[in-house]
Amino acid sequence: MYMKYSERATELATQQGAQSVGRAAGSASRQAEAAGKTEFGFWVYLMTDCILFASLFATFAVLRDSTFGGPTRPEIFSLSFVLLETMILLTSSFVAGLAVLAARAGQRTWALRWLLLAFLLGAAFVALEIHEFAKLASEDHGWRRSAFLSSFFTLVGTHGLHVTIGLIWAGGLGLTIWKKGLTSLSVKRLTLWAMFWHFLDIVWIFIFTIVYLMGVAGV
Amino acid sequence: MFGQIPSVISHLSLGHDPFTIGAQVMIFGGVLAVVLLLTIFRRWKWLWREWLTTVDPKKIGVMYILVALIMLLRGGADAMMMRIQQALSVGDSTGIISADTFQQVFSAHGTIMIFFVAMGLMFGLINWVVPLQIGARDVAFPFLNATSFWLFAAGAALINISLVVGEQFSAAGWLAYPPLSELAYSPGVGVDYWIWALQVAGIGSLLAGINFVVTILRMRRPGMNLMKMPMFTWSVLGAMTLVIFAFPILTATLSMLALDRTLGMHFFTADFGGNPMMYVNLIWAWGHPEVYILILPAFGIFSEVVSTFSRKRLFGYTSMVWAIWAIVFLSFIVWLHHFFTMGAGADVNAFFGIMTMVIAVPTGVKIFNWLFTMYRGRIRFTTPMLWFLGFIVIFTVGGMAGVLMSVPPADFQLHNSLFLVAHFHSMVIGGVLFGFWAGITYWFPKIFGFKLNERLGRYAFWSWLVGFLLAFVPLYILGLMGATRRLDNYDASLGWQQLFIVAGVGVAIIGVGIGFMALQLIYSIWKRHENRDTTGDPWGGRTLEWSVPSPPPEYNFAKITEANDRDAWWAIKQGKAQKPEDLPYTSIKVPKNTPYGLFIGGFSFLSAFGVIWHYWWLAGAAILAAAICFVIRSMDDDTERTLSAKHVEKLETERAAP
Repeated sequence: MYMKYSERATELATQQGAQSVGRAAGSASRQAEAAGKTEFGFWVYLMTDCILFASLFATFAVLRDSTFGGPTRPEIFSLSFVLLETMILLTSSFVAGLAVLAARAGQRTWALRWLLLAFLLGAAFVALEIHEFAKLASEDHGWRRSAFLSSFFTLVGTHGLHVTIGLIWAGGLGLTIWKKGLTSLSVKRLTLWAMFWHFLDIVWIFIFTIVYLMGVAGV
Repeated sequence: MFGQIPSVISHLSLGHDPFTIGAQVMIFGGVLAVVLLLTIFRRWKWLWREWLTTVDPKKIGVMYILVALIMLLRGGADAMMMRIQQALSVGDSTGIISADTFQQVFSAHGTIMIFFVAMGLMFGLINWVVPLQIGARDVAFPFLNATSFWLFAAGAALINISLVVGEQFSAAGWLAYPPLSELAYSPGVGVDYWIWALQVAGIGSLLAGINFVVTILRMRRPGMNLMKMPMFTWSVLGAMTLVIFAFPILTATLSMLALDRTLGMHFFTADFGGNPMMYVNLIWAWGHPEVYILILPAFGIFSEVVSTFSRKRLFGYTSMVWAIWAIVFLSFIVWLHHFFTMGAGADVNAFFGIMTMVIAVPTGVKIFNWLFTMYRGRIRFTTPMLWFLGFIVIFTVGGMAGVLMSVPPADFQLHNSLFLVAHFHSMVIGGVLFGFWAGITYWFPKIFGFKLNERLGRYAFWSWLVGFLLAFVPLYILGLMGATRRLDNYDASLGWQQLFIVAGVGVAIIGVGIGFMALQLIYSIWKRHENRDTTGDPWGGRTLEWSVPSPPPEYNFAKITEANDRDAWWAIKQGKAQKPEDLPYTSIKVPKNTPYGLFIGGFSFLSAFGVIWHYWWLAGAAILAAAICFVIRSMDDDTERTLSAKHVEKLETERAAP
């Protein structure tokens, strides 16, 4: 039922070669191409999300020292805590990859197990982030305190919101795969979700570097 | 929780001045008239089945253009009020409206004209033409396309309801610069209406941008490689690429302003370390590409019109394509020319000034290519061609004014003056709007099956042209005399009044032009049997949209031929390409109608309304409902129906019969 790996490869090849001149008019490649529409569209969507984050990164870069007498970056960031968050999210992303591989191989049980693990790790990440935010707020370092904190909460919070949406999505996917089994459609949706999940991982790497590492170093 | 409802009712009040009351009466009267007509003619079911739930891009295009034309009347009324105010409000005379209302009027005028008229007409035309032109049966994501439209309509509804509930709109200009637009200086709901109307419509535009990029890159006819695409499709690909890159910046910027206003953040506030100039940078990093998002499709329309009505292949096709992509690239590195006076320093200003001058080069290439296309062509002076000729004059002069202002020292003098206002109206009216009027006239018979009346079209054109020159040439002069924009009153000794009166007369003549257009539409519908397009190719067209009957069937093309020529239909007509008749009928999959796009638009409207009025329960429930609609729809695996080959053959023969 699930999409064969060779089909998937054709599809990827068509995606990459879409702009090539003088495409074959053969119906097989046209069909593969039509199937690749959603993935391609999702890539384009991810790029727009990338620019949304880029705007927030730029804002953070401008405002990071506008503390208005409030706390500065080295005062509120704890690297060991963020490293834990980072490892959890990276592991979740890796496990999401395993879920997709298992799904493509038709191993429903393993796909579900990996998906559940990815979900739990993602949920742990969100919990840690909420903990960090609550701690800052309780110390009177909320987003109203300074422009720096506004930009920090918005950038990191937007990422956290994305992860939360990803969790809801993963939950829905898990339920449908559990109930209906692996279909070509559910494998496709799982692939899209995994793309989203990896994308959030990459954004987090930038947050880890630009917000936390550079923040602790004060550069 | 529901205790807040009476407060919204208390805001539902009649206006305090005759203009607001007039607008309210028009809104209520309009809605009432539509409801009555639908009930009397028993058309509710028809409305639901044929329009509200449709996913056919041709019909979605009609709805986009309808909303845009309604908004044009409102934006035009705002323009008229501004012109009357500035013609009369001299010295001790206060004119017709208060200073505060005047500020709301110019803010609404700019917002409406850009976001809801120009963008609406553009997406309408793209929906009409792009799938047909690339020989496709549909867009890549039909449901997403309908959702985009309904988000656009929700944004337009928010702008209009601001007149009735709360009775105020933003008074902070069309781009709502902080710190003026911050809560400290604009405490009412006006700026919130502005933010959320744009946010909702903007997300719709972003989704539409993704949709059409995928459509153009993935759904083209076999054989139609990129360098064989019609020029309008190229220009749309350029514009939609800009949408993808620019609109997320708008989403982020509006969100930050909203966070400042609702959650007490300090992105752009004047205190707590906020940076208002960062808003100005961000909004123009979206705003300048936006200008090109609007003008590129207009360029594409003119390319089609000039080539068709000169009976020639488009001159310099390759250079046209490269000009589009040069403009796409350059449009992202010129944004700072909107605020040279920020004081970024000589080096930065010089860079952005030079880049601004450079962007005139690819634009010039396009102008010359059109002129060379006309050269030795067999030109027919139809209405679309008249719009093109008017465009060439106004756009070139206006463009030169832009190059003039790209010199930073000159800009320091002209910044925020009426010279600037005259410049960008030359581009947006003389360029964008003339282009869209040409496009609507050109493709109208394709969508509706009959032509628009040519004589009334010519009257409309000449009214617009004369009206435009009378309205905006005085503004160039006034700008050089030192008149700044957005004045609700000025001193009599300045000697500006005569020129302002001339400008007012000009806008009145544009109003006559709009009247002729309305008349043209009504008359053409009345006499439609005389103007029927029975061939599907009323102008002697060159591209694939003219190869199917007018109006086209819902699946656009019964047969998919190969397109191996740049002017694919012309090649078929010349017998140089595969004819559709040579192919057998096949079964066709068409998307089923769905109301979920409408639902998502409606819930987004309610959610935005909830945020504006701080009804958090409403905002939360509505956004949840919109999300649930999206999930239900994406879980639905049964979204298409199949027309059998036999059925298609029957439909096609019936179509050919009368």
